[in-house]
Amino acid sequence: MIEFTYWDIIRNLLLATRWTILLSLVSFIGGGLVGLIVMSMRISKNRIVSAIARGYIELFQGTPLLMQLFLAFFGMALLGFTVPAWLAAGTALILWTAAFLSEIWRGCVQAIAKGQWEASASLAMSRFEQMRYVILPQAIRIAIPPTVGFSVQVVKGTALTSIIGFIELTRAGTTLTNATFQPFLVYGLVALIYFALCWPLSKSSQILERRLNVSHNRH
Amino acid sequence: MSLITVTDVRKRFGENEVLKGITLEVGRGEVVAIIGKSGSGKSTLLRCINGLEQINDGAISVAGAQLLPGEAALRQLRLKIGMIFQSFNLFPHLTAGRNVMLSQQVVKKTPAPEAEGMARRMLEQVGLSEKFDAYPDELSGGQQQRVAIARALAMEPMGLLCDEITSALDPELVSEVLAVVKQLAAEGMTLVMVTHEMKFARDVCDRVVFMHQGRVHEVGPPAEVFANPGTPELKQFLGML
Amino acid sequence: MGYQLNFGWIPQYMPVLLHGIGITIYLIAVGAVAGCILGIVCAWTRALGPVWARPPVAAYVELIRNTPFMVQLFFIFFGLPSLGVQMNELQAATLAMIVNLGAYSCEIIRAGIQATPKGQFEAGASLAMSRIQTFRHVVLIPALQRIWPALSSQIVIVMLGSAVVSQVAAEDLTYAANFIQSRNFRAFETYIVATVVYLGLSILLRFALDALGWVLFPRRKAAR
Ligand SMILES: Nc1ncnc2c1ncn2[C@@H]1O[C@H](COP(=O)(O)OP(=O)(O)O)[C@@H](O)[C@H]1O
Ligand SMILES: [Mg+2]
Repeated sequence: MIEFTYWDIIRNLLLATRWTILLSLVSFIGGGLVGLIVMSMRISKNRIVSAIARGYIELFQGTPLLMQLFLAFFGMALLGFTVPAWLAAGTALILWTAAFLSEIWRGCVQAIAKGQWEASASLAMSRFEQMRYVILPQAIRIAIPPTVGFSVQVVKGTALTSIIGFIELTRAGTTLTNATFQPFLVYGLVALIYFALCWPLSKSSQILERRLNVSHNRH
Repeated sequence: MSLITVTDVRKRFGENEVLKGITLEVGRGEVVAIIGKSGSGKSTLLRCINGLEQINDGAISVAGAQLLPGEAALRQLRLKIGMIFQSFNLFPHLTAGRNVMLSQQVVKKTPAPEAEGMARRMLEQVGLSEKFDAYPDELSGGQQQRVAIARALAMEPMGLLCDEITSALDPELVSEVLAVVKQLAAEGMTLVMVTHEMKFARDVCDRVVFMHQGRVHEVGPPAEVFANPGTPELKQFLGML
Repeated sequence: MGYQLNFGWIPQYMPVLLHGIGITIYLIAVGAVAGCILGIVCAWTRALGPVWARPPVAAYVELIRNTPFMVQLFFIFFGLPSLGVQMNELQAATLAMIVNLGAYSCEIIRAGIQATPKGQFEAGASLAMSRIQTFRHVVLIPALQRIWPALSSQIVIVMLGSAVVSQVAAEDLTYAANFIQSRNFRAFETYIVATVVYLGLSILLRFALDALGWVLFPRRKAAR
């Protein structure tokens, strides 16, 4: 049997952390893009379009991320090709992230006073132009703190992908536990690494939020 | 020839009929004051004319073109008629100058230098040429409202709809905004103003429209309307009963 | 292509599914009640409690909120026994849920407490109530009412998160689905069914929490 030093354990965990970070980034960016579309649909004046978006959000916020991962994994397999774990993981996480970000952002857009829509409408701007030049620049400012805050949920969400076989930090922890029989140490370290990834994000979200409240209404 | 023609317009919010058949013509260069109690439908009428509310019945036409739903038609309408709001509604993330430039650039595709030139001229016209780079929250209410007027004027509209544009202002700031409006009227701009400034209505307007419970209750030249109100409702409104 | 979805296996596995649903409901019921009580105690400590007790509570809250639930669960189930703490799967899962929700509800409830107008504390003090009495009788209920929607959402999120307790073989709904799909070889359909059940549970749970809100806070308005 191979002997693992502390350093071996830490090194292996850190190597696996790369995949946690990469998957988080992909999910967050992809989820942001899809979320922007879902959010636009959700605030659309067309009832059907808006209802579709609402159904999407309800579905992904009302079911466990783990089920979404399973369904992506086994559902894509039904389409007739073997699905690599990273693909199912990325797909499910992107769709899940989009559902949450779109709702966060909708709240921010709706926090912008109705008069801003009306003033820009009275200046003959189209709905898209109102959104692009007047509403979004204001909404983005207030959207940044909760968006950064949600990125923590995304990082933590990637842990579930270990269950469908994506090899990231948690999965590496399980493997190392089985090899070293030191679950207390290994899972403690895994938790610390997640903490090191997430805590700065949580903290900056709080700081940004506080700064926004102080400079209320300032440009 | 009239610029704005409102024919038998009805507007409901759910069960509540707010406009009960309004007919009104506003000629080019005419200055019309709309007066009436709170809740009588004055704002709703202006918002319908600007396409911010859809009418349930009747017709509105501006410069000969019928107001139809749909984004393209609304855009055409709003290029002809601007609107000033009680709460200014300046864009807080843009400087005064950029507020005035934005829709020129976005809607009319005016190149930046020309839009800026126009913005500077308009800000000068409302007496704020030195505030080009100020953000709205650095301006007083009266200054903000004057920027809003400059912003609407920069689109070179044929007429302006003004909804109680001095009601949110501290009393000492009202006159600076009214002075700008008065000057516009003198230059021949078509104006439809909802106002509680009776002295201003008397001095500046060509015609006064008294609205009551969703209808045009009385219309006439200010001298007549204020001196000889024909109905008890108007008398009561003017405090003569 | 040409794959036919097949749900004919459902009746046969109904008892397994129902058992799983029961465990999931048990987990969220115990987790929510105990988690919120823990959250109230922690929130009181952080907002009003003795100064020496605040940093450890803050550390607990930050640690839990910034690590995945599954890692917390593994730590409790696999890690704690090496310290001599023995638990079965269900006990470990329950404890993990309580500890997790305790941290989240602490932050939510604390925000509610801190939004209490200062006059409320002063009024309590002027009536010769102790600090704990003021908290218990004057501050807590309006604070909970203020944050009830946020707390409800968090409870639903924790319920959905409970799916991972299947990974330590606690026999919840997901465990049932894993078991069934290993027998019927209909993984996709099995997880569809489980997903639909979860969706139903989350809708029901939200409904129940709204109703509970009406019962707990019959007066419409909380002091802001
Ligand atoms: N968006 C709306 N939804 C429902 N009712 C409205 C809306 N806007 C105005 N109303 C109602 O229409 C009536 C007239 O309002 P408004 O036109 O603002 O009156 P005024 O400007 O003369 O004070 C009021 O009773 C008001 O409550
Ligand atoms: Mg009004």
